[in-house]
Amino acid sequence: MKTLLAILTVVGAIMVIWYAAAVPMNMGTAISEAQRAGVEVTPPEAQVRRDMSGTSLTLKNLGLISATWELKRPRLPAPHQVAIELWDTTAMKKVNSKRSLIYHGWVTLSATLLGFAFGTGLGILLAVGIVHSKVMDMSVMPWAIVSQTIPIIALAPMIIVVLYSIGIQGIIPKAIISAYLSFFPVVVGMVKGLRSPDAMQTDLMHTYSASQAETFWKLRLPSSLPYLFASLKVGIAASLVGAIVGELPTGAVSGLGARLLAGSYYGQTVQIWSALFAAAILASVLVGIVGLLERGLLRRMGLSR
Amino acid sequence: MTVGPVIQASGLDLTFQTGDGPVHALKDVNLTVDKGDFVSFIGPSGCGKTTFLRCIAALETPTGGSLTVNGMTPDEARRARAYGYVFQAAGLYPWRTIARNIKLPLEIMGFTRAEQDKRVDRVLKLVDLEGFGGKYPWQLSGGMQQRASIARALAFDADLLLMDEPFGALDEIVRDHLNEQLLALWASTGKTIAFVTHSIPEAVYLSTKIVVMSPRPGRITDVIESPLPRERPLDIRDTPEFIQIAHRVREGLRAGHSYD
Repeated sequence: MKTLLAILTVVGAIMVIWYAAAVPMNMGTAISEAQRAGVEVTPPEAQVRRDMSGTSLTLKNLGLISATWELKRPRLPAPHQVAIELWDTTAMKKVNSKRSLIYHGWVTLSATLLGFAFGTGLGILLAVGIVHSKVMDMSVMPWAIVSQTIPIIALAPMIIVVLYSIGIQGIIPKAIISAYLSFFPVVVGMVKGLRSPDAMQTDLMHTYSASQAETFWKLRLPSSLPYLFASLKVGIAASLVGAIVGELPTGAVSGLGARLLAGSYYGQTVQIWSALFAAAILASVLVGIVGLLERGLLRRMGLSR
Repeated sequence: MTVGPVIQASGLDLTFQTGDGPVHALKDVNLTVDKGDFVSFIGPSGCGKTTFLRCIAALETPTGGSLTVNGMTPDEARRARAYGYVFQAAGLYPWRTIARNIKLPLEIMGFTRAEQDKRVDRVLKLVDLEGFGGKYPWQLSGGMQQRASIARALAFDADLLLMDEPFGALDEIVRDHLNEQLLALWASTGKTIAFVTHSIPEAVYLSTKIVVMSPRPGRITDVIESPLPRERPLDIRDTPEFIQIAHRVREGLRAGHSYD
């Protein structure tokens, strides 16, 4: 109950700030539209208004405040406009329509999941190698770190161009970019997890003359799972970002990234914001699913009480 | 099966190379442990008692002298699964139930499923934990966890049990109880037990042979053959013989300390 109240308070505060911010930001446009429709506005000269701030325009035209929340192309759309757009483009459209966010979301999601699978697999393999081989530890880890210092937005077009030149296009390049972002947290978490058994636990395996493989399956891997899941939560969110970024430079026509891009080309701010929210909702659902898997698995292993 | 000594150390040396120069952990250690002995190693920290136990278990490699376990090198003995090792902490795997923790060595050593179940039942009975096989370690008290770890070391029938301060972290009452149980276990299984402790009453109560050690360099200062009978009720600790042995152990410990 208390947490619910806390959550509602935060959401409420965000709404208030959002609605309040929309007023001065959209007032200039609202005044121009109202004047064109024959409403009396102060000051009447567009020339004078151009030099005035949003706040002072608002103070002189208090009657137009509600109009700032209903513009067709606002600078900052009001929350309910985004909500309505989200509703219209999900529930009210056919799933296979080019205007359906579900359709675009699925395009991005499929690349995200594929990339996440690539990235997680690669991350786990690298971590296993790093933990078992000093050479790999010394040689792979620095590259993994360097890879994450390159801005993905700079790298993404190159990946797409290079892959296109060898005839690979569609979902694969996006998935690779998404894997590129998601393998790193998995490597770091998994290396830490696989190394988490203490000296006593490894000595115990040694006293049984357990092989390296047995030590891996019976000790290292189970010990690493809590670490793996923490990484997977970061990794899946990073995968989604990667898939969206992968849609930007291609001029892709479908996907949440394409929606963002199209929205900014045509000044459709409501569309941009609803695509952003769709991405955020998608990300939190994905992280939530990983969290549920984590709870289920750790409970089955007796690790959560 | 050879009827030689279970553990035979002569002139055993172990020097660790550390950043602050070499540390002489064991120096000229000579000891013979026969089958069925209960040997305690007692001494202040740094005297090498745990290091010696780890040498027997082939978890450390001596730098000099000779050491045999069942007539083999310690590493051969380890590969032959000649011993069960009980650590200071229970070290149960938290994701395995008690029964599956006990099965861990059995799985690695390739026992059949049916045999595993049979052995789990048997050793759980030995350590008085019947009915707890399905519990997870965190559902058990510290004393019960340590008993489970002893059961795990017993499960694969090694004739030698190496115990490194297994009851060090437990309170006095639980410790007394576990000591009593350990003696009963030793009597019923006829195993050879090497036991590290820093409690004088514990060492005297349990052992047929008490090895007093002292630090810098780690060495044996006294080996006491206990005249106490093998059958030992807890109140044997109030008898004059017991107090006399405890006194000799204390003297030995003090002598080892006198020069620093």
